[in-house]
Amino acid sequence: MAEMDTSGGGGHKKGPGVKKGKKLSTRVDLTPMVDLGFLLITFFLFTTTISQSTALHLALPDDKVKPEDQNKIKQSGALTILLGKDNNVFYYEGELSPDGSNFKASNFKDIRDVIIRKKQQADTNLVVVIKPNDESTYKNFVDILDEMRIDLVARYAVVDISPVEDKYVRLTEGESVPEPATTGAK
Amino acid sequence: MARPKIARKSTLVDMTAMCDVAFLILTFFILTTKPKPSEAVPIQTPKSVETKFVSDKDLVMISLNNEGHVYLSVGDNASDRAKKKAMLEDINTRNNLGLTPAEITTLTKQSFIGVPISQLKQQANLQPEQINSKVLPGIPAQDTTNNQMVEWVRAAVNAYQGSTMHLVLKGDNVAKYPVFKNILTAFKKNDQFKFEMVTSQSNVPAGTDLYKKNMSGKAG
Repeated sequence: MAEMDTSGGGGHKKGPGVKKGKKLSTRVDLTPMVDLGFLLITFFLFTTTISQSTALHLALPDDKVKPEDQNKIKQSGALTILLGKDNNVFYYEGELSPDGSNFKASNFKDIRDVIIRKKQQADTNLVVVIKPNDESTYKNFVDILDEMRIDLVARYAVVDISPVEDKYVRLTEGESVPEPATTGAK
Repeated sequence: MARPKIARKSTLVDMTAMCDVAFLILTFFILTTKPKPSEAVPIQTPKSVETKFVSDKDLVMISLNNEGHVYLSVGDNASDRAKKKAMLEDINTRNNLGLTPAEITTLTKQSFIGVPISQLKQQANLQPEQINSKVLPGIPAQDTTNNQMVEWVRAAVNAYQGSTMHLVLKGDNVAKYPVFKNILTAFKKNDQFKFEMVTSQSNVPAGTDLYKKNMSGKAG
């Protein structure tokens, strides 16, 4: 058997040929265990607070208000944002011109610049009208509302998309225009 | 020269006590995190910079999953469950479903309602593990002619009369807009113009107006 060096170990006991090794110290260094413990604590600390979901408030306009009253907003301050499928965003300022010349395409990143520019231009007259079409998703809707919050837009409204606007959106997306259906859900 | 002898002390600290404290705190946090019920209706909510939290009482939650199915649930506490029972009894009498009190109690205990009103009796007979979005088809709200959400929101409004009610909508990222619009119609028909939407937290992008406002709010 290999010989073990017993020098410097526990006090020499009596007796020759102590085959057992030196008496090992039983002191364990607990520093790494404490580190692990605190790591786990911070983990639980963060997961309990973050798991709380936030609630985005939305106040709906009274549906009983007649559409004519809605148009009291000044056209110069109006920015209409249309949401289509595949995260497409379109917008136009003021009223939609009959030939669709002010109908522009954008996306969720650039729309912020558009809103900010319009806000600087219109200041307190700014009203953003959001019109999602049937192919847009809930995420698109929430993202646009979030954008309103980020850009501190005071007045905004969610309105049903009109058939003309829907047609423009679908044409721009490359879809064929659907047959004009009987008046959509209002 | 006799140098003053500095007694050398050991620099090894006994970590036992600190370890005990660490595990005590850890146990505290493990026990206080409320066990989240395994997602019966898996929904991925969109992100938003909103900072207000969803309340967990006086809560009526409408879940809209990625396939456009609608499920209704209430807050996880006694007063909300009592109101859910009142809602079920209301729907029962209005639609002559003939639910027995035992079935109503089962339905109240189940985590959410996800069937057309006519099939409520069948849902009462389901096992707890069958209460998820795979089995249950959801409350019909896909087209405007058969929007049963109007009924349910009306029942909720009646049940919560006199106390606050937080109408909360938890929608999935890819849920399409038409179903959402029908749910909004159900709210409007019951004169509920304020409601909340559940989102996950996200940070305010730097440089935007809201970010500047928050910064000046903190500094001011």
